[in-house]
Amino acid sequence: MGKVVLVTGVARQLGGRFVRRIQRDPDVDRVIGVDAVAPEHHLGGADFLKADIRHPAIARVLAETNVDTVVHMDINGTPLGGRGGRGSRATVKETNVIGTMQLLGACQKAPHVKRLVVKSSSSVYGSAPRDPAVFTETTPPKSLPSGGFAKDAVEVEGYVRGFARRRPDVAVCVLRFANVLGACADSPLAEYFSLPVLPTVLGYDPRLQFVHEDDAIEALCMASGKPRRGTLNSGTFNIAGDGALLLSQCSRRLGRPTLPLFLPTVTWAGTALRSLGISDFSPEQIRMLTHGRVVQTTQMRETLGFHPKYTTAETFAEFARSRGPGLLPPEVLARTVDRLAAVLPARSGPTL
Amino acid sequence: MADAKVIPFGEEPRSRRKVKRPGRGGRRTALAPVPEPRRQEAPEQPSGAAGASLEQRIAGGLRFLRRRLTGEYEVDDFGYDEELTDQVLMSVLRPLYEKYFRVEVKGIENIPADGGALIVANHSGTLPLDGLMLQVAVHDHHPAGRHLRLLAADLVFVLPVINELARKAGHTLACAEDAQRLLERGEVVGVMPEGFKGIGKPFADRYKLQRFGRGGFVSTALRAGVPIVPCSIVGAEEIYPKIGDAKTLARVLGFPYFPLTPTFPWFGPLGLVPLPTKWTIQFGEPIPTDGYPAEAADDPMLMFNLTDQVRETIQHTLYKLLVQRRSVFF
Repeated sequence: MGKVVLVTGVARQLGGRFVRRIQRDPDVDRVIGVDAVAPEHHLGGADFLKADIRHPAIARVLAETNVDTVVHMDINGTPLGGRGGRGSRATVKETNVIGTMQLLGACQKAPHVKRLVVKSSSSVYGSAPRDPAVFTETTPPKSLPSGGFAKDAVEVEGYVRGFARRRPDVAVCVLRFANVLGACADSPLAEYFSLPVLPTVLGYDPRLQFVHEDDAIEALCMASGKPRRGTLNSGTFNIAGDGALLLSQCSRRLGRPTLPLFLPTVTWAGTALRSLGISDFSPEQIRMLTHGRVVQTTQMRETLGFHPKYTTAETFAEFARSRGPGLLPPEVLARTVDRLAAVLPARSGPTL
Repeated sequence: MADAKVIPFGEEPRSRRKVKRPGRGGRRTALAPVPEPRRQEAPEQPSGAAGASLEQRIAGGLRFLRRRLTGEYEVDDFGYDEELTDQVLMSVLRPLYEKYFRVEVKGIENIPADGGALIVANHSGTLPLDGLMLQVAVHDHHPAGRHLRLLAADLVFVLPVINELARKAGHTLACAEDAQRLLERGEVVGVMPEGFKGIGKPFADRYKLQRFGRGGFVSTALRAGVPIVPCSIVGAEEIYPKIGDAKTLARVLGFPYFPLTPTFPWFGPLGLVPLPTKWTIQFGEPIPTDGYPAEAADDPMLMFNLTDQVRETIQHTLYKLLVQRRSVFF
């Protein structure tokens, strides 16, 4: 008898891709996708159930379908469909926190559930100048995220830990993803990198870390299946590509010039733009782009046994290719310097 | 106390010391440190090859520019930009190091050629120039071309611009996690355990080592099993003689102290020019830590003993160097 997998948040791109991917797994019999709205993309042969995880109806779904693996992906920073999409920040927060509570409550009552996978984020560590440069899974953050998505993620993880205590028979895996980038990622960070000129904070050059969409999906698959020999796939893991990029490097590789602004100006402009509905750049995103964040991935490699295909730099290169050239494409700059190099020695020869 | 037992060091005879001592005329020009390309090999070049070397340097500079403009360079997890440090930051600091403070380095061979090591140095001078000079000393003089990774106070990473430069120069926050990670990767890590107590001490207390924190550096070195290299820096104490402390102003600005020197706030930015003292940096014999059992890192008594040993070594070397010093400025 194969597994029955329930996936929440399938109306998102990443959720949809994961559903299509997990069906190819030979151990999986049936995949049930759940979301409050019908997805625009197809879900392969998966069953879609229109259910809001904030309502107790989710318990009935779990009971009727004999689900044994729950993959909770409905933890998001922005409403579906980007800005102007359905719902506000309050709705998103409710889905993240109340939705998780309802889902975990339902799981607790469902004796068939054997495995729970939660898609969390490395933003639970916050971003502060007084933190260690590299976060491990056990690093306590110096300053807890004060609001926004990061706080939601911290609260969600708290509920998940409570659930793991109450149902010790369920294998619980929390994956803390770094910023997910890829050809079709629709995160606020991807939106930021699509701006023609990147506003940055004057005097700060944050270290950023990315994980490729494909790797994110593979990691979720690995966490929702049986652990491979010699590995353990329950616990908390940081998932990120190797290495780090500075924001200045990112902007140069994208070919998009930066506009350094004073920190108070950036915070103020962020608030103004948000209230106008032009951008939904949250204060925690601004903090991330000020102080940066890098996580350690030793646990991911050694315990989970997951080796990402893309490094941070490769992920970013892939993303840059999908976005098209910016105002100052690196190729053009390189050619200009090469031309200069061809001219200069000839000029400097006679002068000596 | 005055006739304390002098711990023998890998002291070089005076004759073998570096004879290179730039003339005093050079000091005046170096008052304003300007970025200068690194030209150590330039004087040795035969005159006929001068044109070629210039061309090579232009070509090298353009290659560098190309990599910088297109973002095709590497930084590590800590944000250390090796290329930028080698080509730009060190070149900016080098005139200050060679011409202004005329730093004399002794015992550089005490830093192992490979593997991790923890350099523990005294801290002084109101502004952390001693850390930067130590970094240049290791970078320019070590035969294996090792790079020093300094552990800096959290204040450094709060200040804009400073934090960016510090990260790119390979500095990181002085915390056990970061130090451990760097040591396990086999880096040479520099730490100044006196912290603000050392760098901000009044001029009257110069060359008196302060308390060495809580000895966290010893347990970190023990956990990583790397040797501790004691390092004594003479000369940094006198660059900004701190004769007063505007405590209220410091509290308002959020700094640990606000120094008053004979020149500083009175002459405005001109007061920020350090006094051109003559520096000596002496690296002592490494203290091995790999012979201890694994649980030794949690033994407070051993921690205190080792901390004291390192502290005494540095203090004695400081006294010895001070006795040898002819004058503060030469």
